[in-house]
Parts: sequence; structure tokens; C-alpha cells
Amino acid sequence: MSATIDTHDHEDHEVHHHKQTFITKYIFSLDHKMIAKQYLITGTFMGIIGILMSIMFRMQIAWPSEPNVLFEALLGKWAPDGVMSADVYLALVTIHGTIMVFFVLTAGLSGTFSNLLIPLQIGARDMASGFLNMVSYWLFFISCVIMVSSLFVEAGPAAAGWTIYPPLSALPMASGGSGLGMTLWLVSMAIFIASSLIGALNYIVTVINMRTKGMSMTRLPLTIWAFFVTAVIGVVSFPVLLSAALLLIMDRSFGTSFFLSDIFIQGEVLHYQGGSPVLFEHLFWFLGHPEVYIVILPAMGLVSEIMASNSRKPIFGYRAMIASILAIAFLSTIVWGHHMFVSGMNPFLGSVFTFTTLLIAIPSAVKAFNWITTIWKGNLQMNPAMLFSIGFVSTFITGGLTGIILGDSALDINVHDTYFVIAHFHLVMGISALYGMFAGIYHWYPKMFGRMMNKNLGYIHFWITAVCAYGVFFPMHFIGMAGLPRRYYSNSSFPLFDDLTNTNVVITMFAIIGGIAQIIYLYNFFVSIFYGKKAEQNPWRSTTLEWTTPVEHIHGNWAGPIPHVYRWPYDYSKPGHDVDFVPQNIPLMEGEEELQH
Amino acid sequence: MTALFTIIIVLFVAVAIWQMVKIFDIAQVGTTQTQVADDKDNKINGYLMIAFLIFVYVITILCFWFIGDLPLLSNAASEHGSKVDNLMIISLVVIFIVQTITQFLLHYFAFKYKGEKGKKAFFYADNNTLEFIWTIIPVIVLAGLIIYGLFTWNDIMNIDEDEDPMVIELYAQQFNWKARYSGADNVLGKANVRLIDIDRANILGVDEEDPNAQDDIIVSELHLPVGKPVVFKMRSQDVLHSAYMPHFRAQMNCVPGMVTQFGFTPSVTTADMRERPEMIDKVKNINELRSERAAEIEESGQELIYEFDYLLLCNKICGTSHYNMQMKIIVETQEEFDAWLKEQTTFPNSLN
Ligand code: HEM
Ligand SMILES: [Cu+2]
Ligand SMILES: [Cu+2]
Repeated sequence: MSATIDTHDHEDHEVHHHKQTFITKYIFSLDHKMIAKQYLITGTFMGIIGILMSIMFRMQIAWPSEPNVLFEALLGKWAPDGVMSADVYLALVTIHGTIMVFFVLTAGLSGTFSNLLIPLQIGARDMASGFLNMVSYWLFFISCVIMVSSLFVEAGPAAAGWTIYPPLSALPMASGGSGLGMTLWLVSMAIFIASSLIGALNYIVTVINMRTKGMSMTRLPLTIWAFFVTAVIGVVSFPVLLSAALLLIMDRSFGTSFFLSDIFIQGEVLHYQGGSPVLFEHLFWFLGHPEVYIVILPAMGLVSEIMASNSRKPIFGYRAMIASILAIAFLSTIVWGHHMFVSGMNPFLGSVFTFTTLLIAIPSAVKAFNWITTIWKGNLQMNPAMLFSIGFVSTFITGGLTGIILGDSALDINVHDTYFVIAHFHLVMGISALYGMFAGIYHWYPKMFGRMMNKNLGYIHFWITAVCAYGVFFPMHFIGMAGLPRRYYSNSSFPLFDDLTNTNVVITMFAIIGGIAQIIYLYNFFVSIFYGKKAEQNPWRSTTLEWTTPVEHIHGNWAGPIPHVYRWPYDYSKPGHDVDFVPQNIPLMEGEEELQH
Repeated sequence: MTALFTIIIVLFVAVAIWQMVKIFDIAQVGTTQTQVADDKDNKINGYLMIAFLIFVYVITILCFWFIGDLPLLSNAASEHGSKVDNLMIISLVVIFIVQTITQFLLHYFAFKYKGEKGKKAFFYADNNTLEFIWTIIPVIVLAGLIIYGLFTWNDIMNIDEDEDPMVIELYAQQFNWKARYSGADNVLGKANVRLIDIDRANILGVDEEDPNAQDDIIVSELHLPVGKPVVFKMRSQDVLHSAYMPHFRAQMNCVPGMVTQFGFTPSVTTADMRERPEMIDKVKNINELRSERAAEIEESGQELIYEFDYLLLCNKICGTSHYNMQMKIIVETQEEFDAWLKEQTTFPNSLN
């Protein structure tokens, strides 16, 4: 129950305010609200690239090797006469995966909402270090530029899958993309990791030190808990990926043999001796698995908050929610081996990882049940953000359940690296986190831009997306169970799979429609910045502190002193109050009891 | 031509956006100023939630109906395969039940408790009994699955040397498979990529001096005697590959610099598998689909009529032709196998 004291002097900030120029306000901004918007816009831009890529390679799967106008228009010299080659397919898959996981759902999601909400919801005037925050964003921006520029390299960008397993990723003779393309990939990721680490440290310090008076850890909104724990996981696991990337760079450029041994390729024996690709897999997945929680936890936090507010009910099991976040965070660091059951590692390790993996299903189940109970007997306000939150729970359950199969080593033998895996992780991580992000954008748009998004366009966007997401990924379970491997540029070499072609066409149709639906969203997003209805101060009638700040952004967030906090963030429909929400900065009434503190 | 198409696409996008502007304007008219959901929105979206629940159920049923003749759940062609299939079926049933119930609760509550002005939600923040129940139920269910799973896993991965399995090497290279039989001594000759000598056609880098290598046999089509345990020792010469034999529920990565292994006992011959009614149906269906694309298939040089065969596929991204890295597997009787093996040249005779 420690509360910390606000050390910022408000007058100071007013002085800063007058000296701002265009450059300091919009470009090299130190203000967390502006940095949040920068993350969001950059992430959106990367997301457009990533989704366009997925639509292109889905078209290739549905209509293999047929000339396609879209390819001709977008891929240019890479698709002569509109026909895609196998190398280009692999490059597209690789960059799609990398962009979606890291650039959209790590930086775009965490970067946007941690920056926007941490200071506003804990009652701080800004991040602990505004300067580092700015550095973090600009490093992210540079890594985006490098990743995108790798698309224009002569021999093509990295094409070894987003997991970049060596030796394929280490040897330019093994794959065209493993030359300059892979170098740029590695450099981009190294910078990206630096950016994430700086950002994460800043979030951690801010949450620990800068909470307003009364904001104890057990009065924090679940969003903040999620961002905080995500940052901790990032600090623990990202450096391991960084070291893997550095060792890979050494193997590639300086002749070391960390991951390589006994290789004969294109008529010659290479000098490498004594390394092991399996070591790389361990290092990669030591980050890679926590990474999926880095992606999903912030989405969970946003959804918890939005569900409570729109159900006009407290989140059910606040403490259980915190406990399960902590349990997931801990377990997420000891399950990485479930990606390696058939990698050649000792089968005994496989048993251990099966055990830990199925353990992590328990806190996940607790969360799902708590969300369902939260909406039970609520008074649900079906705003677009609420729809995306309900959609999140739906896809999280559907995708999470198949984890029981993939986590079970005996069953993973046969579905490993098939479309079953694609279906699983897109639903549980990709689509769910994307829904969480959309929910967050619709909900906090008034806070970011001072205007409202159009709700009807929001409804259309949600329903088309929801139908298409299931239409794309649900059937993929079945083609995976039929044995169809992922990362195949065409299935026409296997008559065995010919009876899956029609299904593949249907999937691609859904993907195209779903992709087009995102145009509605983009339109709504960008047009509303200028022409949306002006927002009220607290449009969703929520209890958290960000809605006590003025609609117009001011440096330092609150014009007067920072509000103090007297209650937890979920006093919705509390008996004894006339209104159905009591903001955190309202003192307890006489005789009122605070819940379970 | 390209330019024309590009212009048309741009035009389409422009029209679409213009249309959307109009939708936007119209959408803004009748509603209140706020863009916050009102009772009408709650009601419409509440009903849509039920429609969506039905959609989820329908797509599940359609998938099982049309593409659910899962080769994974029947037709296992190895002895451990049926155990894997059992576990898979149990897991699928558990998943199916949980999925049906939880999706129902979620969408039904979203419909039932859709907001109305003046209604007040039920203030219900916590219940330790409930939390306990839904911690303990997954614990029990998962404990069952873990135990079953681990027994199956150990069973598959622990290769019983007493059964004297036949040792075969699977050798992966971009973008080809080779198999090496260990011959009468059932011991593979030593090998290393540094011994590869293309001029002498020693493509696997087998040690010519090693006595164990003298009866080794290198082939590019895998034959297995039915009912005899085999253990595959896997090697790769360049990048990671994965030896995936879906009909046998078998998969293991091939890793440069080390030898990995996987063992199983084939239980159904290729000939018997072709005779199974499900397989006859499947092949018939595939051939009907193929006849629709006959011209295209013949142009590509493939045979038009498909006949079932077991396959070894590469299932780890390995470069350009990853999608076409395969080897035929033929399971046959011991006599047929012996006869076939006798026909093959031994390693020393295969050298130039
Ligand atoms: C329009 C929506 C999307 C579609 C249609 C789509 C489709 C696909 C498909 C079919 C693959 C497998 C390709 C293959 O293995 O041959 C794939 C790979 C992947 N996708 Fe998506 N995806 C979409 C959105 C997302 C999102 C939101 C994420 C975020 C997590 C994501 C992350 C990935 C990753 C990590 C891979 C693996 C890449 C690799 O194999 O190296 N995708 N996507
Ligand atoms: Cu994992
Ligand atoms: Cu391959």
C-alpha cells in the first residue's frame, strides 16, 4: 500500500509549453501522448504492408502460379508477368510474420497504449524519462525503415521464416534472402530490441515510482498491471534474442561456428565445426515464446478494462486476474521447448515442456471464465470497443483450446509445422491481439484525438472482420490435420493434397474480404481525426483517471494538481450510489466500504 | 495492360472511398451527436451476437462435414499411430465440448444482458468458490491429458533396442532425400560431409574404409517391410530439414552436425492401404478434381491419374524448392522387401 509523491512541479511545464515549435511538438516530441500517437501511426503503416503481403501469398496458395494483376502491380520486377516465384513467396511469409509480430503487435500495440495510458492512468505528468521515451520511438522508427528497405535489396529480403533458423539464415548460398536481406533483418531487429528495452525500462520505472497519492498496486487498473508485467517479460527475454542475433551475425560475417557444423553446400565443404542449430532454436524460443505473451498481455489488459466499463460492472475477480497475469508471466519463461519437440532435443526435455505448457493453460482458463462472468448480468453498452473485446474472448478461447493439442508432445509430432499451427497461433495471438488493439483504439480514440470515431462504420468493421477471421483460420485447422505443411509455395507437387484446393480458395476469399474491410477502419480512423464529432471529457463514463484530464492535450496532463485516488478502478453500478460509476478520484462516502483492500 | 489495370484499380478505390464518405454522412444523420452506443445499437448488436454464435457453430459443422475425413484420425499406418489417434480424438472431444459451452455462454450473455437505459448492472466483484472451481476443473482435465500424453510420448520416443529394429539412415539435402540401409550387419558405416566426393559419386560422405559400410545400400525410394520395427537415423548436409511421414504419425528434424532419430513399426502395406474403402473414396474424389484441371496437370508433366502412396515430406523451411522435397515410401511384405533389396547396388559398387 505504498503511494508515491508527485515530484513534478507544474509551473515548470507551463513554461515548456510556450516554447514548443512544430518540430518539438510533432516530431521530436517528449510528450507521452504524442509519442503514443507516433507509435500508433507507424504501427498502422507497417500493418498495412503486413496484411497486403498476407493477401498476396494467400492468392498464390489459392491460384498457384497464375498471373495475378495485384502481384504485377505491387511486386514489380519480383513477379515478372504477375507470376510469383517460390523465393518471393518465402520472403513475403517471412516479412509478414516479422512485421505482424514485432512491428505491429509489439511496438504498435504496447508502444501505443503503454505510452498513452501509463502516465494518465496512474496519475503522472509524463513518463519517468521523456527523453528516453523519444529515443525509444525513434529507434523503433529506424528499425522500421531498415526492415522496409530490405524489401528493395537486389537478392530479396530475408526468406528463412520469421524464426530465421540457421543454417538457412546463415548461408547466402542456401537462400537468396540470406545475403544482404538477412543482414538488414538482423540489424533492424537489433535496433528494435534496443528500442523495446529502453521503452520497457521506462514503463517499469514509471509504474513503480510515479503513481499518484493513493494509487497503490492493488488499485491499479488491469491495463497498467498488464503493461507493467509485459515490460518485465520483455526485459527478461529480449536480450536473449539480441544475443542470438549477435552470435548469428558473428557466424555469418566473422567465421565463428556457434550454430553451424559439418556443412556441405553447392559442391564445397564449409569450415564450420562444432556448433549447433538447436542452440539457436533454444535462444530464439526463449524469447519467442514469451514474445507471444508480450503480444497478448497488453491486449488482455485493454480488454479487461473495456469490458468492465462497457458492462457497467466491476471486472470479476480482480485479484485472480492479477494473479493469473503473474502466473502466465512466470510460466511463459519455462515453456519455450514446446516449439522444439521434434528438433532433435532429448525426449525427456519434451516431457518437461509438455508439463509446463499444459500448466499455463490454467491461468489462461481462469482469465477466460472471469471475462465471461464479467458480462454476466451486466448492462452491456455495445460500443465498437466492446464488440472487439467480446470478439477477443471468442477467438482467444478458440485458438487457446487447440494449444492443448500442440502442447502435447505426442500429438505435436504430427501437426508440428502444418497449417494447424498457423490456425492456432493466428487465432490465439494474431487475431486476438489485433482485436485487443482495435478495441483499445476505438475506446481511447477520444483521449488521443479529442474526437469520436464513427460508431456505425465501427460496427460494419467489426462484423465483417469477425466473420472473415473465423472464415480464414478455422478451416486451416482441418487442412493442417490433413497433413498440409506450412511454408509451401504451392501444393501442386502433391496430388495427395488436391482435395484441399477448394478449401484453400474459400480461405483466400475470406482473407480478401477481411482485408478490404480494414479499409473501412482506416477511413474511419483518418477521417475522424479531422472531421469526427468532438468528444466529451468522459464519453464512456469510466472510472479511471485518464478521463479526468481535459480533452485538449496539455503538457503535464492535468491543468491543476494531480488528482488523488481513493478507490479501486472498478466501482461500476456500486450499490448506494446514484450514478453507475464512481471515478477513482472520488473519496469514499461516509460509511462506504472499499472492496477487499 | 498493366497500366490500364492499375488505373482501374485506383479508380475502384477512389469510388469506394467516395461511397464511404457518403455512408459516413448518412450514418451521422439520424444518430445522436455522441457516437456512443444507444439502446438501438445495443439491441441490434445483441441479436448479431446470437447470429454470430450460430455462424461459429455452422462453420464448425461444415468443416467437420466437408473436410473432416481426417486422415489423422483413422488410417494410421504405424503401430504407435493408433495410440496417437486415440489421444487426438480424446483431446478433440474435450476441446469441442469446452468450445461449444464457452462460446455459448459468451455470446448468449452478450445478447441477454445487452444494455438498456435505466437498467443497473449487478455489482458482483468476486467469488472465491467460483475461482476455485474453474481453476480445479482445468487442472483435473489437463492432468488426465498430460499423463496420457506423456506415456504415449515416452512410448514413441524410447526405442526398444531389444526388438532389434532395422537401422536406416535418412539423408536430407537441398532439395532431395536419400535413404541408406545398413545391410546384413544392421550397422551403418561411418559418414561425414567432409568425406563427400562427388567425382566418385560418394554423395553421402560414407567412409569407404569402414568395414560396416561395405554392405550399406543407398537408394532414393524408401521400402519398408510391414510389421518390422525400424529406426531412422537422420542427417542433413546443409540446412535444417524435417522428415515428415504423416501417415505414420512420424516427424523428426534433420540437423546438420548431428544425428537425430525416430523409430516406428509400419503396420499396413501400401497395397492394403489402397484397398481401404476410405482410401478408395479419397482417391476417387482427388481424381475427379484432377480431371477438371487435366490440361494444366499434363502440361506440368505430372501423371494425371493419382494413385495413393505413402510419402516422406520435408516439413522445415529449407529454401526455394522446399515445397517439392519428397520421397515415396513403399510398405510391403518381408518377401517383397527382401527381393527388392537384393536388386539394389551396395555402396562400394555404387562408386565410380
Ligand atoms: C489478414 C490477416 C492474415 C492472414 C490472411 C494471414 C495469413 C497467414 C498465412 C496463411 C500464413 C502461413 C504461410 C505459410 O506458412 O506458408 C501466415 C504466417 C504468419 N502470420 Fe499471418 N495472416 C494474417 C494476419 C496475421 C497477424 C495479425 C499476425 C500477428 C501475429 C500474423 C502473424 C504471422 C506469423 C508470425 C506467421 C509465420 C510466418 C512464418 O512462417 O515465418 N499474421 N499468415
Ligand atoms: Cu510457445
Ligand atoms: Cu524443406
